[in-house]
Amino acid sequence: MIEVDARGFSCPIPVVKTTQALDGHPGKPVIVLVDSEVARENVSRLARSRGYSVKVEQVLDGYRLQLAPAGK
Amino acid sequence: MRGLEIPHDPNLIVGFDSLDDAGVYRLTDDLAIIQTVDFFTPVVDNPYDFGRIAAANALGDVYAMGGKPVTAMNLVCFPSRSMDLAILRDILRGGMDKLHEAEVTLVGGHSVDDPELKYGLSVTGVIHPCKIVLNSGAVPGDSLILTKPLGTGIINTAIKAGMADEKAIGMVTEQMAALNRRASQLMQEVGVHACTDVTGFGLLGHACEMVQNNSIGIEISYSAVPIFAGSIEFARMGVVPGGAFRNKAFRAAMVEFAAGVPQWAPDILFDPQTSGGLLISTSPEKAKVLLEKLHYTDHREAAIIGEIVAEPKGKISVVE
Repeated sequence: MIEVDARGFSCPIPVVKTTQALDGHPGKPVIVLVDSEVARENVSRLARSRGYSVKVEQVLDGYRLQLAPAGK
Repeated sequence: MRGLEIPHDPNLIVGFDSLDDAGVYRLTDDLAIIQTVDFFTPVVDNPYDFGRIAAANALGDVYAMGGKPVTAMNLVCFPSRSMDLAILRDILRGGMDKLHEAEVTLVGGHSVDDPELKYGLSVTGVIHPCKIVLNSGAVPGDSLILTKPLGTGIINTAIKAGMADEKAIGMVTEQMAALNRRASQLMQEVGVHACTDVTGFGLLGHACEMVQNNSIGIEISYSAVPIFAGSIEFARMGVVPGGAFRNKAFRAAMVEFAAGVPQWAPDILFDPQTSGGLLISTSPEKAKVLLEKLHYTDHREAAIIGEIVAEPKGKISVVE
């Protein structure tokens, strides 16, 4: 599983890191860890704009976002 | 300032208790001074442009009240040990050039050593006490004009992410550095009911200030709002500054979005603006005249974006 740890970074860095992961692994599910609501919202927007579904899970130190490509 | 006692002064026309853009103090029966201060960390990479933008932004509060800025003082926080002084010189040159354009005299300033670079100015303006334009005073039936496009916060975030191209950077830089001077003079010529400038709270945040403590509401048509090319795409891609989310959370109870308004609309309408345009409320007839004059004087993107309504009071409705 491809995992992006964007905890400790403020926007727009989590979006930049997630973009790199999506570009580097087209068609693969990606897990993104963020520690702010702003990053959660922005990464969700990015993923949806690129046709991924987003599942958000609240974890101890922030949020765990599961991005899954459409149809998988 | 909450919790601090501010002594009453009868000559203080606009002070802390209102949500206005600057303080106004009556000196004589026909002269008041407008005072404001604003400074921030760089919003663009080019130091000269940063200086111009910071000066245009600081002057903005005086223009929003219909006043004439007269003098200014520089405020500088500079990491002198780690940064070349030539950078500071360029920033100050940018600020000076903007003040020159605005016919404002620089009278001094103050600098401190700070690991994080910041620049801005305190500005003093003058106005006749009877001619002050407040952010309250709009009446139902008024048209609402916005003089500059929205999206500077989003584009600035895209610049930080390395996603904005040179054209977008150039466009947003020129808009942020553009003075609201002419727009302010025109609104005084035509006559308006209320005005504020759109800055850190975003369009909807400042619109909320216009209806707060007034028995009016505002209806804004999101499709009529001028927006920077590219900012809708950036919002969809999640390049939205944290300030936009904070602005939205702060005013959630006052703003209602009609069904079918796309997700990017609140992102852009709450996007914090640097040196944004004037948000002006005036009668529909005068709004038409003012808009024509604005279009004629380089404010080509100025538009009527909504109207003041009697109901629901204290609310902003965003519609198609």
